[in-house]
Amino acid sequence: MAAQENALNDPIIMCKDVHKWFDDFHVLKGITTSFQTGERAVICGPSGSGKSTFIRTLNRLEEHQRGTIIIDGVELTDDLRNINLIRQEVGMVFQQFNLFPHLTNLENITLGPIRVRKLTKSEAEEVALSLLERVDIADQAYKYPAEISGGQQQRVAIARALAMEPKIMLFDEPTSALDPEMISEVLDVMRELAHSGMTMLVVTHEMGFAREVADRVLFFDEGLIVEEAPPADFFDNPQHERTKLFISQTLQH
Amino acid sequence: MENNSPKVEPGKIPFWRDVRVLRVLFQGIFLLGVILLLAILYRNMLEGLRGLGLTLNLNFFQDEAGFGISEGITYDPSDTYLKAFWVGVLNTLKVSIIGIVCATFIGLFFGIARLSSNWLIRTIAAAYVECFRNVPLLLQIVFWYTAVVAQLPNVRESLSLFGGAFINNRGVYLPSPEPTSSLKIWLWFLGAGLLLAVFLYVLRWRQLQRLDRPGFRAKWALPAFLIVALCGWFLTPGRPFTLDLPALQGFNYQGGMSFSPEFSALLVGLSIYTSAFIAEVVRSGIQSVVKGQREAARSVGLKEGQTLRLVVLPQAVPIIVPPLTSQYLNLAKNSSLAVAIGFPDLLGIGRTMMLQTGQSIPVFAIIMVSYLVMSLTTSAAMNWYNRRITRIGR
Amino acid sequence: MEEQELTQEIKPPANTKGAARWLKDNLFNTWYNTLLTCLALVLLFFAFKGFLTWAFTEAEWDVIPANFRLFMVGSYPQEQIWRVWNAIYILSVLMGLSAGLWGGLVRRFAVVLSGVWSISALLPVELSTRGWCLGANAMIAVSFFLGRGRTGLRPWILGGWILSFPVIMVVLRGFGENGVLTSNWGGLLLTLILAVIGIVVSFPLGVFLALCRQSNLPAIRWVSTTYIETVRGVPLITILFMGNTLIPIFMPGFDINQVLRMMIGITFFSGAYMAENVRGGLQGIPRGQHEAAQAVGLNYVQTTLFIVLPQALRSVIPAIVGQFIALFKDTSLVSIIGLIDLLGVAKSVIANPDWLGLQAEVYLFAAAIYFAFCYAMSYASQDIETDLGVGKH
Ligand SMILES: Nc1ncnc2c1ncn2[C@@H]1O[C@H](COP(=O)(O)OP(=O)(O)OP(=O)(O)O)[C@@H](O)[C@H]1O
Ligand SMILES: [Mg+2]
Repeated sequence: MAAQENALNDPIIMCKDVHKWFDDFHVLKGITTSFQTGERAVICGPSGSGKSTFIRTLNRLEEHQRGTIIIDGVELTDDLRNINLIRQEVGMVFQQFNLFPHLTNLENITLGPIRVRKLTKSEAEEVALSLLERVDIADQAYKYPAEISGGQQQRVAIARALAMEPKIMLFDEPTSALDPEMISEVLDVMRELAHSGMTMLVVTHEMGFAREVADRVLFFDEGLIVEEAPPADFFDNPQHERTKLFISQTLQH
Repeated sequence: MENNSPKVEPGKIPFWRDVRVLRVLFQGIFLLGVILLLAILYRNMLEGLRGLGLTLNLNFFQDEAGFGISEGITYDPSDTYLKAFWVGVLNTLKVSIIGIVCATFIGLFFGIARLSSNWLIRTIAAAYVECFRNVPLLLQIVFWYTAVVAQLPNVRESLSLFGGAFINNRGVYLPSPEPTSSLKIWLWFLGAGLLLAVFLYVLRWRQLQRLDRPGFRAKWALPAFLIVALCGWFLTPGRPFTLDLPALQGFNYQGGMSFSPEFSALLVGLSIYTSAFIAEVVRSGIQSVVKGQREAARSVGLKEGQTLRLVVLPQAVPIIVPPLTSQYLNLAKNSSLAVAIGFPDLLGIGRTMMLQTGQSIPVFAIIMVSYLVMSLTTSAAMNWYNRRITRIGR
Repeated sequence: MEEQELTQEIKPPANTKGAARWLKDNLFNTWYNTLLTCLALVLLFFAFKGFLTWAFTEAEWDVIPANFRLFMVGSYPQEQIWRVWNAIYILSVLMGLSAGLWGGLVRRFAVVLSGVWSISALLPVELSTRGWCLGANAMIAVSFFLGRGRTGLRPWILGGWILSFPVIMVVLRGFGENGVLTSNWGGLLLTLILAVIGIVVSFPLGVFLALCRQSNLPAIRWVSTTYIETVRGVPLITILFMGNTLIPIFMPGFDINQVLRMMIGITFFSGAYMAENVRGGLQGIPRGQHEAAQAVGLNYVQTTLFIVLPQALRSVIPAIVGQFIALFKDTSLVSIIGLIDLLGVAKSVIANPDWLGLQAEVYLFAAAIYFAFCYAMSYASQDIETDLGVGKH
C-alpha cells in the first residue's frame, strides 16, 4: 500500500481513518483519502455531514482525535512546529469572510506576511497590491471591509489567504453568504486560481463550478465519504442511493 | 491499513513543542507564580506581624468583647467577640433588606414616571435620577446624617405625624403592632381560610381545564380567603393586635418601633441612591420591550392592560431582573458606608474588634467571607434564575 | 416625485404646532395627566420656594469662597501651586493638539474646557489665578492651531497622553523635600488623581485578568475568576481599610504612605471591574476572528495584540467611561480613611469652629462639583458612543 502511494505523484494531503468527536457526538467516522498536488477537489454533502469539520481539521482549527493527517510530508500532531508549518502552507477562506473589521483591506492582507513570514512592510504591501489586482479590486485597498460589498470582501479574504503563499487552499462554502449577483465574481477568482495550478479543496453547493473545475467530487454523509469520483461520473452516473438522492435534490434548485 | 499508519508517538515530539505538554507546563508555571507570590506575602506577613509584636491567633473570637453596641439584637458587652460580630451581620442584613424594599418601590415609581406621557412628570423623574446618581453615596449619607437628621428638633419639640409617629434628632419612632392573647383565635380563622382557599383554587383550576380557557386560578380562592380573614378579625373577642404607640417618657420616646438617627440616615441614603439606579434599570427594561412589541400586540387586538400583562411585562421582567439584582448587591455592599456615621454594621463592629485585639488579618478574613457569602449566594440564585428564564429566549 | 414635493409644500394644519398645542399634548392630554400636572406644579412650587428662600436668605455661602482653595487642592502649599498649573498646562497643550488633530468630540471637549477657564477668569479670584486661567486658555488655542491638519503627529500625541500621566505625577510631586509630599495633596485635585490612577493603572491589570478569565487553560481561568469575583463581592471600603492596615504588615520595610496605599487599594479594586468590562468586549468578538487569525498563522500573542484587543477595547470605551464615573464618586471613601479629598475637605471645613453649622451649604457645594463632573462625563460618554459607532465596524 505504502509503496503504491509513493509511486503516485506524492499526495500533498493524506488522511487515514480520521475521527472526530464533539463531546459524545461522532462527527467524522473515519475519513481516508488523499489529494494530489494541483488537484482540485469539491466536497459536497447534506448539512451537518461533517464537511466543514473535515476541512477545518486540515489546518487544526479542529483537532482530530484519531487517525493520521499528513500534509506535504508533515504530520499534523500536537507538535507546535508542525501546526505552524502546516498553517503556513494551508490557506483558508470562510463562509463569513472573517475579515478583520478594524484593519483596511490592505492591512488585512499584509498582517500575516509581516507578522508571520517576517516580510518588510513595503514588500508585504507590494505583494498585497498585486494580489488585490489579481482578484480585481485594487481600488479598494485602503477601504475598510465594512465599506465594500460581500463579494469584494470574500475576494479580499482570498487575497489574504494567498498572501501567505500557501500550497493548499481550503474553501468552506465561500459563496453561501453572498447575494446571487456576487457569487460569480468570487467563483471567477476561484476558477482563475484553479487554472494556475493551486491545490484546492472546496466545500460548496455550486454544482456548476464543481462540474467545470473539479478533478474529483467527494460526497460526505454522516461523517463518512460515501462516494468520490470525477465530476462527470459523479453527476451522471452516481453509484450510491444517497448520492443519487442528493444530486437530484440539489439539481432541482 | 488501520494499524500501520505512520502515527508519531507523542513521546517523539520534543516536549517544548508538544501542545499538550505546553498547556500543562504553562498552567503549572502560572500556578507556581501565584503560589510563590502568596508565599512571599505570607512570609512578609509573619515578619510584619513580628515587627508589630503580634501573633496570629483565632481564639480571641471566644473572648469577652467588652464593648457596647448601640443597636441590634440583645447583646451584652460580656458576650463573645463572635456574638458581637453576629450583631453586626444582622444589622447589615436589616438595613440592606429594608433598604432594598424601599429602593425597589421608589425606583419602580420613578422608573415608570420616566415613561409617563406627561412631560412634567417625566422631567421631574429624570431630574431625580440624575441628581441622586451623580453624587457620591457617601456624601449623601453624611448629608442626611449631619445636615438633616442631626438638625431635626430635639425630643421636646418632636415632629409628630398623626399623633402616632414621632421624628426628632434622636431617631424615628413609629407605632408597632403588638400581638395580644386573642391572636391565637384569629390564627385559627386564617388556617380555616387557607384550607378553603386551597379547595377553591383546585376547584377553579379544574373548571378552567374543563372550559379549556386561560384564566386567573386564584379568582375564587383569593376573595374567599380575604373574607374569612376579615370576618375572623371582627369576630375575634378583642383584637388580635394592638398598636403600641410611642410615648414620651422621661428624656425620650418609649414603646413602638424606633430607628436610630444613624440607621435612618443610612437607610434614606441607601434607598434614594439605589432607587435612582433602579429607576434606570426599570425604564430601560420596559423601553427595550415596548418599542416594537406593543404595536405587534395591539395589532393582534389585545387591550392596553392585556398588552402590559401578557406581552410587555413577561419580556421586560427577565431583562430587568439581572441588573436589578446587581443593584441589590450594590446596596448591600454600600451599607458598609455605615462606618462613616457610626452605625454598627458588620464592618464597623469588625473594625472595633480589630482595634481592641490587633488581630486585623483574621477579622478582615471574616468580614470578607461574610460579604462574599452574601454576594455569592445572591449571584448563584441569580444565575439559576437566569438560566431558567433565558431558555425561553428573547 | 412631483406629487410628493407638492404635498410637502402644503403647510400642516395650524393647530399641530405652537405652544398651546404642545402643552395640551404633553401636559393636559387626559384628565389624570391634568391632575398629575397640577399636583406636580404645586409640589414643585413649594419645593422651590422652600429651597430658594433658604438659599437666598438663610444660607451663609461665605464659607465657599473663603475655603475655595481648600476645596480645589487641599493643603497643597500656595508657593508650589505653579506645579498644579503646570500639570494643567501639559494637559491643555495635549488637549489643544488633539482637538486640532482629531476634531469632532475632542474639539467639543476642548471648547467646553476653555469655556470653563474663561468663566473661572471672570470670577472674583486672585489676579494670579486669573492669569493662570487665561494662560491655560491660550495654551489650548495655540496648540489647537498648531495641531490642525498635521495627521502625521497623531501617534506622537497618543504617546504624549500616555507619557503625560507619569510626567504629571512627577510635576505635582516634585523631588524630595523641595517637592510637595503626597500627604499634602487634597481636595478636588486628589479626587481626580485617585480616579485617574484607578482607571489608568487598573487598565493593564484588567486587560490581563480578562484575558486570563477567557483563557482555555482552566488553572489560569480559575485563578483569575477567583480574584475578580472576590474583589467584586466585597465593598470598596473594606478593601481600602485592608490596604490601610495590611499593606504595612505585608510589605514591611517599605515606607508606603497613606495616599499610595489608597491608590493601591483603588487599583486592585478597579482592576476587577475593569476586567469584567473588558471581558464583555472580548466576548463580543466572533469566533471567526480568532479562526481567521489562526488560519493566517498568527500565534496566541499576535492574535490577541493585533486582532482581539483592538476590537474589544474599542467596544468597551463607553463601559470604561461609566466605570470612571463610578470610581470618581467612589474615591470619596478615602475620606473615611482620613485623606482630605473633596469630601474630606468638606468634612474638615464643617469641623472648623469658624464655620459651625454650615453642613448643608458645604455639602451642597461639594455635591454640585461631583454632580457637574459626573453629569458632564456621562453626557460625553453618550457622544463617544455615537462617535465610535459602537456596534459598527
Ligand atoms: N463546535 C461544535 N460543537 C459541537 N458540535 C458541533 C460543533 N461544530 C459542529 N458541530 C456539529 O457537527 C456536525 C457537523 O458539522 P459541520 O459544520 O461539519 O457540518 P457541515 O457538513 O459543514 O454542514 P453545513 O453544510 O450545514 O455547513 C453538525 O451536526 C454540527 O452540529
Ligand atoms: Mg459547514
